[in-house]
Amino acid sequence: MAIKDLPDTECVIPGSAACPGCPATLGLRLVFKALGKNSIMVVPACCTAVIESLYPNTSFDIPVMNIAFEAAAAGASGVEAALRQQGKGDTTVVAWAGDGGTYDIGIQALSGALERNTNFIYICYNNQIYSNTGIQRSGATPYAAWTTTTVGGKTEFRKEMGEIIQAHHIPYVAQACVAYPEDLYKKVKKAKSMKGPKYIEILAPCPPGWRFGMEKTVEMGTLAVETGAWALYEYENDKMSFNGKSKLILEGKIKRKPVEEWIKYQGRFGHLFKPEKDVKRIKEIEDHIYQMWERYRSCYL
Amino acid sequence: MTIMIDTGNYIAAKAAVMARPAVVPAYPITPQTTLVEGIANYVKTGEFKGEYICVESEHSAMCACIGASAAGVRTFTGTSSHGLLLMHEMLHWAALARLPIVMCNINRTVGPGWNIWPDENDSISQRDTGWIQFYCSSNQEIFDTVIQAFKLAENEKVLLPVMINYNAFILSHTSMPVEIPKQKEIDDFLSKYKPRWKLDVDNPITFGNIILPADYEKIRKDMQNSSENAKKLIPEIAKEWKKIFGRYHGDLIEKYRCDGAEYILLAMGAIGAESKVAIDNLRKEGLKVGLARVRTFRPFPKEEILKLGKQADLIVIDRNISVGSEGALFSEVKAALYDKSDAKVYGFIAGLGGKDVPYTDIEKICKKSINGKAKDCEWYNLEGV
Ligand SMILES: Cc1ncc(C[n+]2csc(CCOP(=O)(O)OP(=O)(O)O)c2C)c(N)n1
Ligand code: SF4
Repeated sequence: MAIKDLPDTECVIPGSAACPGCPATLGLRLVFKALGKNSIMVVPACCTAVIESLYPNTSFDIPVMNIAFEAAAAGASGVEAALRQQGKGDTTVVAWAGDGGTYDIGIQALSGALERNTNFIYICYNNQIYSNTGIQRSGATPYAAWTTTTVGGKTEFRKEMGEIIQAHHIPYVAQACVAYPEDLYKKVKKAKSMKGPKYIEILAPCPPGWRFGMEKTVEMGTLAVETGAWALYEYENDKMSFNGKSKLILEGKIKRKPVEEWIKYQGRFGHLFKPEKDVKRIKEIEDHIYQMWERYRSCYL
Repeated sequence: MTIMIDTGNYIAAKAAVMARPAVVPAYPITPQTTLVEGIANYVKTGEFKGEYICVESEHSAMCACIGASAAGVRTFTGTSSHGLLLMHEMLHWAALARLPIVMCNINRTVGPGWNIWPDENDSISQRDTGWIQFYCSSNQEIFDTVIQAFKLAENEKVLLPVMINYNAFILSHTSMPVEIPKQKEIDDFLSKYKPRWKLDVDNPITFGNIILPADYEKIRKDMQNSSENAKKLIPEIAKEWKKIFGRYHGDLIEKYRCDGAEYILLAMGAIGAESKVAIDNLRKEGLKVGLARVRTFRPFPKEEILKLGKQADLIVIDRNISVGSEGALFSEVKAALYDKSDAKVYGFIAGLGGKDVPYTDIEKICKKSINGKAKDCEWYNLEGV
């Protein structure tokens, strides 16, 4: 499948209030193409609440319920139950949240909804920060990245949300990236066809948050995958498979690019290069990615 | 009609199930547990056909109520104390979203230290969330109020969520005989829920996105107007209920022996019921005392209280304290009279943390006020004060 073969469906209609080059908007457009209009979206506090634009207008062409920051999965549970009671179980309920609303404040409600076997798709668009509130650190922010609350660079590594979700043994867990639209589209389509809880996480390089030019969103996504900082995979009924370049990296068919190739374009890592190169911390980032892939290989190869 | 002898919680569960909500998300907390267990039993027997969602917290219980209600169905839940406090953010959300959710709250003390006995600080501190608040004083009133609450909440002129409060153990775990109407009668009384708006794929709207000040203020004003509408509807629904089922617990307040009273006691919840015994005894002694049991703290019965203040001096008992101020009911009663009545108002804090407030103490509170010995706001019967 090529991009030109994706359906024409557009549920993000003109008037969106997103920044230029916004990865969340790109993700939303692709997700809506896969979901179709028989879908209801639940959105917690995050950039998407802004992207929707101002009351009484909207830039979304499916029903959307905004809810509190930590509440997406629980709100979606209620919507799903109510639809089933009305004989509308065929409508797809999708929670769409940022990494803050997923990794941090919303993890309890999410874990509960997964454990209860709620029939919904939970999508986390991961821009590795709280961008709505002006670029603060989250549990998904990578080591050494600048944010307004990690001024000298984050001192901890990000957590592996995908693996936390896998521990719930739900039917479908996937990692995708806005730079790979066909892969993302297929994953959402597959999730839509399955019953029970499905989790998809989309890496979403955010120009103002990561400090790169707005024309580079896709490139930052591609490089994240090529350096192995992000992996594309699917975990289906407890079976893991890697996709695209991540599969080739796992199998040793291509070599990961050095992470420097990715971070050097991002102002959030600028302090690692200026005034002089912070060789130690760059190596720590590289080593961490290396360990992640060693773990993947020992478990899944 | 049948008679069911059971505890407040099991009666509330019965009422909730008879109202036929489609979704009940719930999380247990003492002393509410038997309420959710009661509903779980009705799932087992097949009497409850809706979705019972065992969520992982009260916060999620209210979120799921919000999601379900927004998707167009009747919803119910119950909680208490810390559970209610954990919901706080979502209580505001439910009310601002204009979702007619009905919830029982079993009034319990807030920690630390851990204390499961009755105290109304849990619900009083939710006063400004936009929820209508009832306070019940018998299991029959719990049953009748739960059913009536759906009718009130779902009325197009109201569309506000309703919280039905009753005291821990004194009602939640005490059995009393309660008249239960037939299911058909309840169905006739409560027509099918038709939401004003809902999440609907055929009419896609975005609910709750960013809103500018001018529009937001309109929503707040509309809530206030709706709350005023509720003031009119509560008596109408109570009258209709009385006509069909013969039972009546009062309107916004329940008046008891207020005729010719020179002093009127105001109290809520279980203390309100206990006060009736005290009033009877005081009347026997020839003291002209009556009772106004406040049933709704929101909407606040300002007009009725002003009428009482034109007739008599008022004595207020609060099972709550707004630390740094005084009892919440006491404050609001005085505000209702401000500049319009010369009545004296005496305030008493009593029964916090579940301390017993027997009718004998209520009699003493009244006598102290009548004898002019009460301070402006007293902590009744507290050692060392
Ligand atoms: C309970 C609560 N705490 C804090 C906030 C403020 N807040 C709104 S959005 C947000 C960050 C959202 O981050 P994320 O989920 O990563 O989404 P993004 O903004 O990056 O799209 C925060 C902290 C809030 N709305 N509610
Ligand atoms: S801050 Fe980032 S995620 Fe948020 S709207 Fe702008 S580009 Fe999109």
